[in-house]
Amino acid sequence: MNIKYFNQNPRNQFVISIFVTIIVSVACYSLSNLIGYRSVALLLMATVSFLAIFFTLYPVLAAATLSALIWDYFFIPPHFTFHVQNSEDVLMLMMYFIIALINGVLTSKVRGMEKLELLKEERQNTIKLYKTLFDSLSHELRTPIATIVGASDNLLHKNSNITETDKSKLVDEISIAAFRLNRLIDNLLNMQRLESGMLKIKPDWCEISELINKPISSLKEELSSHNLQIEIQENFPIINLDFGLIEQALFNLIHNETLYTSANSTIKITANYINDKLIITISDNGKGFSEEELKSLFSKFYRSSAKTTGGTGLGLSIVKGFVEAHGGKVKVENNIPHGAKFTLEIPVEVLKLDDYNEFSSAVLNN
Amino acid sequence: MDSKTNILIIDDEVQIRKLLEITLNSNDYHTLLASTAREGITMAVVHPPDLIVLDLGLPDEDGQIVLQKLREWYLGAILILSVRSSEEDIVKALDNGANDYLTKPFRTGELLARIRTALRQTQNVTQVQKLEFDNLVIDLTSRTVTLDNEPLKLTATEYSLLTLLAKNDGRVLTHQYILRSIWGPGYTQQSQYLRVFVGQLRKKIEPNPNNPKFILTESGIGYRFCTKIDD
Repeated sequence: MNIKYFNQNPRNQFVISIFVTIIVSVACYSLSNLIGYRSVALLLMATVSFLAIFFTLYPVLAAATLSALIWDYFFIPPHFTFHVQNSEDVLMLMMYFIIALINGVLTSKVRGMEKLELLKEERQNTIKLYKTLFDSLSHELRTPIATIVGASDNLLHKNSNITETDKSKLVDEISIAAFRLNRLIDNLLNMQRLESGMLKIKPDWCEISELINKPISSLKEELSSHNLQIEIQENFPIINLDFGLIEQALFNLIHNETLYTSANSTIKITANYINDKLIITISDNGKGFSEEELKSLFSKFYRSSAKTTGGTGLGLSIVKGFVEAHGGKVKVENNIPHGAKFTLEIPVEVLKLDDYNEFSSAVLNN
Repeated sequence: MDSKTNILIIDDEVQIRKLLEITLNSNDYHTLLASTAREGITMAVVHPPDLIVLDLGLPDEDGQIVLQKLREWYLGAILILSVRSSEEDIVKALDNGANDYLTKPFRTGELLARIRTALRQTQNVTQVQKLEFDNLVIDLTSRTVTLDNEPLKLTATEYSLLTLLAKNDGRVLTHQYILRSIWGPGYTQQSQYLRVFVGQLRKKIEPNPNNPKFILTESGIGYRFCTKIDD
């Protein structure tokens, strides 16, 4: 942690190097009667070497130069001049500077190699992730595109004898495919926002019922063959969160439910406000997950084996990212007696009612 | 000159222009097409249309600036049609004087409904005395509201809020706009209280307050009083 921190602040490195060197020098000066000036050189050298572990080349060189000058000026007799009488001390001073220099150069070399190694590893990981992403993406993109191309081809063929009902079915398929593509792009953009660290939550006040009902109404058709139960705690306060992000998280979770559970399954959504936290659960009475699946469900590009319709494996990692951006947690467990249960725990601010009373009396007379 | 309503489309994508032309022509609108900001502004000056459909991502100038330029003199309706879907972009466009905003991809039914609403607002300036929405009736002269012929007890604020929204039926009003209109300029940052009032109002007028049909939420932007969309 520290190493990274200092690497990012070259100015701090200089300040700290000089500061540490001066502190050690002062300490040595007060002890110089006890330890002798040559031991001081070793102590200062140790200090420079210690700094070299954490810092880059130039701050270390600065520390080396400064400590050499200090040693010369304050410790080598005659004191308080840069003049050196003893030829042995001249040699020692030169050696001191050379060793400090080598110290700095060597550590910066090692640092560079470490960095290169890390970059290489990172690049390999990225390549692996991109390969997985592109594999699933091309599949996810081609399926709806194939539907659109095929359906519109059929419609363009004027002499084919398709019935009017079949024609409208084909048009429906084109529409469904297009919205599937659009959803995919939304997920990709969301993932990119998370990955680039550009995501900033913009909290605003909202009502819990709106938050829960918005994704449900967007998924009305997908949910039509499922039993839906919604339980919202009574007198729920007005809460402060990024509506768009949490709505997207709920959308992804509920959409997943419609994909993974069979028709006539029951999907239950609950919302409670407990200990300053918004707690939303989404559970079903489907098959649930294996131990293996429970562990890797939220990692990027993970796709459950039970899924029939493909997917990029982005949905749940987006849920996790958006909830964590709020300082919240998301967990998954198996429901009792069967099925899966997702829980979102998000710390939220709530509206205080006394502020509100003041506001309601401030209404303009119109 | 025929009496058809003229709609100017400013969009650089030829596929979108074609789609809009077909959709609007088949609904009895007359269309004018422009593919750049320059061309669009020139056409609007030469032959002022009844409504302008404006894309924000134009090749020669940012759509928000085009919008500001048009609003310096153009009083007709402007509908933004864009792939930019962030709340900031939408609120900014509404503040810049757009009548409404629709993100691509859009349903043509929704587009036509928004166009009708925007046209109605800019063309109809006659005073109405009564606003009727299914079973909800607002009598502006006697300041009474009835639901299924039963009079509703509304506070003064609730009544102001309801009439403000209902008078702008079909149009999205930003939180700031509503707060400024009802509570005054000092309260534009208090959107949390607006939610409380909307919640109370919904409890009184909505058959199912959890799934409202009159006052719809445009998350992060504001509220829209029910639009009737023909599917």
